Amino acid sequence: MMISVHELSKGYGDIQALEGLSFEVQGGELFGVLGPDGAGKSTLFRILLSLLLPGSGTVRVGGLDPVRDLHALRKKVGYMPGKFALYEDLSVEENLQFFASVFGTTPAANYELIKEVYQQIEPFKKRPAGKLSGGMKQKLALSCALIHRPELLVLDEPTTGVDAVSRSEFWALLKKLKAHGITILVATPYMDEAALCDRVALMQKGRLLTVASPGEVVRDFEGLFYGVSGGHPYGLIQACRAFEPVVSVFPFGEELHVRFNRDDEAAEHLVDHLKSSGFSGAVVRPIAPNIEDCFMALMATENDLKG
Amino acid sequence: MDAAAQRAGGAAIRVEDLVKRFGSFTANDRLNFSVASGEIFGFLGANGAGKTTAIKILCGLSAPTSGRVEVAGYDVARYPEQVKRRIGYMSQHFSLYNDLTVYENIRLFGAIYGLSLSVIRERSDQLLRRLDLKEQRNRLLGTLSLGWKQKLAFSVAILHRPHIVFLDEPTSGVDPITRRQFWEQIYQAANEGITVFVTTHYLDEAEYCQRVSIMVEGRIAALDTPKALKEQGRSESMNEVFLKLTRPN
Repeated sequence: MMISVHELSKGYGDIQALEGLSFEVQGGELFGVLGPDGAGKSTLFRILLSLLLPGSGTVRVGGLDPVRDLHALRKKVGYMPGKFALYEDLSVEENLQFFASVFGTTPAANYELIKEVYQQIEPFKKRPAGKLSGGMKQKLALSCALIHRPELLVLDEPTTGVDAVSRSEFWALLKKLKAHGITILVATPYMDEAALCDRVALMQKGRLLTVASPGEVVRDFEGLFYGVSGGHPYGLIQACRAFEPVVSVFPFGEELHVRFNRDDEAAEHLVDHLKSSGFSGAVVRPIAPNIEDCFMALMATENDLKG
Repeated sequence: MDAAAQRAGGAAIRVEDLVKRFGSFTANDRLNFSVASGEIFGFLGANGAGKTTAIKILCGLSAPTSGRVEVAGYDVARYPEQVKRRIGYMSQHFSLYNDLTVYENIRLFGAIYGLSLSVIRERSDQLLRRLDLKEQRNRLLGTLSLGWKQKLAFSVAILHRPHIVFLDEPTSGVDPITRRQFWEQIYQAANEGITVFVTTHYLDEAEYCQRVSIMVEGRIAALDTPKALKEQGRSESMNEVFLKLTRPN
């Protein structure tokens, strides 16, 4: 067991940032934490990393208590925070050397682990870190987080604001690190990345809504989904929402995804409703939900909001 | 649409042979495109492809090395102030003030765009009602979630009813529900006649645009409707179109 969290809570004054979290992460797992801004993802990570004291509850990381055993713990974990936190006025190479020496090692000792990432920025090793492009900064931060060969790598939204191609390259790198046996805990707002994790936890307002594999999230979801197209999306959204049995309507690429309660026979009449609302070309087809549909449904249930 | 835009033949944006160089680096390499009035136009590209450079030029914040750019019917190089009055802008980095209240932010930006206090009050009420933020009117902005801030920032960017609104990665890091609510705001604005020029890294959002351009290394590598781009590239999704163009090997 790499991480074990039991009834963890944390408050800041009146604000309850984490409320009764319990979950476990196995060694070698690629574990995703999903949730909107303010859900408590960073607070959770910082407690696991010994950077913040828990309010109440039990936390174990690599068998250690982050409060009591913080020095031993920090040797076992690597952390890439959401904001670039390296030394901008040190060069690429100097940053790497600095973080290696802090952990009592050298870049050469663990070069094989970071090679894949570091090679891409090595041509710029004399450049100050502050002068790198966003993508290169990210690769340097990852190299520095890995330089002491941690057992657990914690990444806080490493791909936010990153383009689709660079995102898929970054995830290919994570897969390779996983193959080295490193446990990876990663927060992301991108639902397509959830599908690439072994298991995911969905967080909202300091609580865990679900912890499951991406396959289970989709399989266990109870609801009926239809894809709707054939009309100007804005008008079509309004028309679908006006149909009483509809639970939620969200645009999804070239279609709208419309959700009904399970076994709601009224769903069959959606197409007639749309046609009589002036969308003569409306096409309605049953679809299997994807992980983003399921998460939105879970989040919406919590929010009690229609659409 | 005002008279100048009508002279431009209904085009909200017209870009001819736009070039921008920084020393020996060409950030924008002969861009040619136009955006129709009322269109939702997606401006896509990888990080570093030159999107933000082009947007800054379109907004009159940076001068092109060569080429001609017309926005809202005005030549941006000659009449930058006329252009600025007719556009709204929302950046990927949050642009409102965290230490002002919701209403103070609205009032500040309304005043910057030259609206009278009575108009600001009226539009502020309307805007807060639409966003269901009336209760939060006097709350410090810094205490709102990112999703609410972004929805508010968009409403503030169109408070002065601009001809065109430029949105630079407005949905980065926002949760999936808020992201879609944000797009409904975009549809609503477009429905009211505002031209929307938007960049995003979420390729499902490219599908919500009427037309999409994809920049690769300073050049526009493709420009068409999402449907046509998928057909031309024999791709299932915009994600695939994007991957094929940005990483041809």
